[in-house]
Amino acid sequence: MSTHDEATLNTNYLTATKGWKSWAFTLDHKRIGLMYLVFVLAAFLAGGIFALLVRTELMSHGPTIVSGPTYNKLFTLHGAIMVFLFIIPSIPASLGNFILPIQLGAKDVAFPKLNLLSFYVYLCGATLTLLSIAHGSVDTGWTFYTPYSLQDPEAATKVLYMTLGVFVLGFSSILTGLNFLVSIHKLRAPGLTWTRLPLFIWGMYATSIMQVLATPVLAITLLMLVFERVFGLGIFDPKLGGDPILFQHFFWFYSHPAVYIMIVPGMAVVSELFATFSRRVIFGYFAVAMSSLGLALVGFIVWAHHMFTSGMSEFANMLFSALTFLVAIPSGVKVFNWTATLYKGSISFAPPMLYALAFLFLFTIGGLTGLFLGTLNTDIHLHDTYFVVAHFHYVMMGGTVIGFIGGLLYWWPKMTGKMYHFGGATVGAWLTFIGFNVTFLSQFVLGSRGMPRRYYDYLPEFESLHRVSTFGAYILASGLFTTAGVLIHSLAKGRAAGRNPWGSVALEWKTQTPPVFQNFEQTPIITKGPYDYHLASDEELVEDLYAPDAAE
Amino acid sequence: MSSPSDATAHDAHPHEHPSYVQHHFDTAAQQYDTAKLGMWVFIATEILMFGGLFVAYALMKAREPDVFIAGHHYLNKEMGALNTVVLLFSSLTAALAVRSSQLGKRNETSAWLVTTILCACVFLVVKYFEYSHKIEEGLLPGRYFGHPFFDMSAAPAFHEALPSRANMFFGLYFIMTGLHGLHVLIGMGILSWVLLRNIRGEFSAEYFTAVDLGALYWHLVDLVWIYLFPLLYLIG
Ligand SMILES: [Cu+2]
Repeated sequence: MSTHDEATLNTNYLTATKGWKSWAFTLDHKRIGLMYLVFVLAAFLAGGIFALLVRTELMSHGPTIVSGPTYNKLFTLHGAIMVFLFIIPSIPASLGNFILPIQLGAKDVAFPKLNLLSFYVYLCGATLTLLSIAHGSVDTGWTFYTPYSLQDPEAATKVLYMTLGVFVLGFSSILTGLNFLVSIHKLRAPGLTWTRLPLFIWGMYATSIMQVLATPVLAITLLMLVFERVFGLGIFDPKLGGDPILFQHFFWFYSHPAVYIMIVPGMAVVSELFATFSRRVIFGYFAVAMSSLGLALVGFIVWAHHMFTSGMSEFANMLFSALTFLVAIPSGVKVFNWTATLYKGSISFAPPMLYALAFLFLFTIGGLTGLFLGTLNTDIHLHDTYFVVAHFHYVMMGGTVIGFIGGLLYWWPKMTGKMYHFGGATVGAWLTFIGFNVTFLSQFVLGSRGMPRRYYDYLPEFESLHRVSTFGAYILASGLFTTAGVLIHSLAKGRAAGRNPWGSVALEWKTQTPPVFQNFEQTPIITKGPYDYHLASDEELVEDLYAPDAAE
Repeated sequence: MSSPSDATAHDAHPHEHPSYVQHHFDTAAQQYDTAKLGMWVFIATEILMFGGLFVAYALMKAREPDVFIAGHHYLNKEMGALNTVVLLFSSLTAALAVRSSQLGKRNETSAWLVTTILCACVFLVVKYFEYSHKIEEGLLPGRYFGHPFFDMSAAPAFHEALPSRANMFFGLYFIMTGLHGLHVLIGMGILSWVLLRNIRGEFSAEYFTAVDLGALYWHLVDLVWIYLFPLLYLIG
C-alpha cells in the first residue's frame, strides 16, 4: 500500500492503477468488493437457473422435463449454491467490503491481505463445488443429512468435493467476519463513537460475531463427515453405531445462526435505506442497533427447532420451541422501528426504497409464518412441507436478497460512478415483488394442504397451485433480469453519478463518486450521527443525481 | 510509542510515520492493537472448531464409557506425558522470546524461538512413534480397525480386550490429535517465519507484533493439548 504515491491515493479507485494484476493482487477493499460482487452475482444466476428448472419440472403432475434423480440434484444445487455461494457472502463480502471501511472513515479494512485471501479462498470453495457438479453432483439436499450423505458408495467423490467446497467457503466467511469485527473496533474515524455508527455497521458487527463463532463448528462438522465417509468412523452413521441426530445438532448449530448471517445484513441495508429515503433519523436507533446483537445472541440457542420431528426428547422440543419465540422480540423491534421511521418522514420512492418497503412487507410475512413453525403442534403438521419452503424463502429471498438488491441499487452509483435508469429499475422492482408473492404465497397454501417439500411428483389436486407458483417464478425471473439489464445498461450508457445522488447525510456520500483510492483525501472527523437530518444544512441534502460536468 | 501529534485526524501527510506502520493505520499503537485483536478473534474461532470435537467426544463418552476406558489403555501415557512437558516448556520459551523481543534483544529472541521450534520437533517425533505403533497394531479408525497398515486384504487382527466400537474411540483419537498435530505444524511454520524476520532485523523494541502474535498462537496449540492429554490418555 505504502508504495503508492499521494497522487495515486487520491485518484478514483477504478483508474488509480491499471492492468489485470492491479485487480488480481489488489489489497483495496473496494476492488475486492467489486470482484466479490461479480462472482456472487454469477452464483445467483446459477442458483436461479436451477430454481427455474426445479419450478418448470413441478409445473405439471408427473415427469415434465427431467428424471427424478436429476430433480434431486437440481434442488440440492439450487439450495447449496444459493446459501453458500450467494446469500452468505452476498451483502457482507460485496457491499460490506465496499461500504464498511468508507462508513468507518477508514482507508481500508483492518487486514487487507486477509481480505484478498478470503476472496481467493471463496474461489477455491466455488471450484470444489464445480468439481462436485462435474462428477455428477450430489442429491443430499443442502443439509448433507446423515445417513443420506453416507449411503451411496458411488457418490463418494462428489459428496467429498461438495463437503470440502462448503468447508473451504466457511473459511472465506470467517476471514471476512474477522476482518470486519476488528475493523469496527479499531479503525473508526475520530469522533465516530459506537452510538454514531450507521446501522449498517451495527448489522455487520452482529453478522461478523456469528460468522466468527458459528462457522468453525460447521467446519469441524464437515470434517467429521468427511472422516465418517472415508474411514467409517461411527459417529454419525447409524449403521456403524453412530448417531445421525448428532449430525443434525451440529449442522443446525451453525446453520441456524447462518440464517441470521444471511438476514441481519439485509436488515442492516434497509435500515440505511429507510433513513435516507424518509429523510429521518431511524426511530429507536439504539434499540435497532441492539436488536441486531440480540438476534446474534438468540440465534445461538434455538438451533434444534429444525429437528422437532427428528426424535429429540419432549423436553428438548419444548425448550427449543419456547426459546425460538424469543426471536420475535428483536425482529419485532426492527419492524416496528422501521415503520415508525416512515411515519411523518419525507418519503421518496426511488428504486432502492421500493426494495426497502418490499423487505418490510415480505420479511414481516416470513417472520410471522415462522411462529407457526416454532410452535410444536403446528410444526408437526407443517414440518417438511411447502409451508417451510415458503417461510424461509420469504425470509431469505424476500428479506436478504431483496435487501441485497436494494443496497446494490443504493450504492451502485457510488461503486461504479454510473447512474441507472429509474423507470427500468422501478419496473424490475415491481415485477420482482409481484412474481415473488405469486411464487411463494401459493406455496404456503400447498404446504398447509400437505404438499411435502423436495418431492419430484405430487397428487393431481396440487397441480393448479404448482402451476401458479411456477408462473410466479417466471415473473420473478423477468423482474430480476430487468434489474440486471438496467444495471448493465448503466455501465455502458449511464450518466456519471453525482457525489450524493440521494441527498443522504451518511458519511459514504461525502467522498467522491467513485471514491478515491484511499477513500477520503483527509481522514474525516465525525461530529454527528449518521441520520441527523434535522442537523443537516440544506446544501448537504441536495440530491445531485448526476455529476455536474457529465455531458450527455 | 504514539506521540499525540501523529494521531491527529487531519494529518495530510500519511507517510510520515515509521516504515513498519501500514498506510491504513494512523499510529503504530493502533496497528499493534488491531493485530492483537485479530489474533484473539482468530483464537476464538479455533477454540470453537476444537469445541465441536470436544462435544462429540463428551457425548460419545457419556453414552459408551466402557469403549473409552478400554481404548485408552492402548494409548502410551508416558509418551503423552513427555509431550505435555515438552509443549508446556515450549510455551515458556515462546513467552521468553516475546519478552526479549520487547527488550530489543535480537539474538536472545532468536535463541528462544529456535528452542520453541525444536520443542515442536520433539513433540512431532514423539507423535510419529505413537502413530506408527498404532498403525502397526491396527488400532485404527472406523473400518480400518484391526487392519494393520490400513491393509484391508489381510485378515483382521483384533485385540481381544477391545470392544468393536473401539474403532470409534481410535477414530476420535486420530482426528483430535491429528488436527492438533496439524496446528503444531502450522505453528512451527509461523514461528520459523517470525524467526527469519527476526534474523533479518525487522523487529525492535518498538515493533515486535509478529513475535507476540506467533507466541500467542503457540499458546493456543499448547492449550488444546493440555485438554487433549487428560481426556484421551488419563480417563481410566
Ligand atoms: Cu432456525
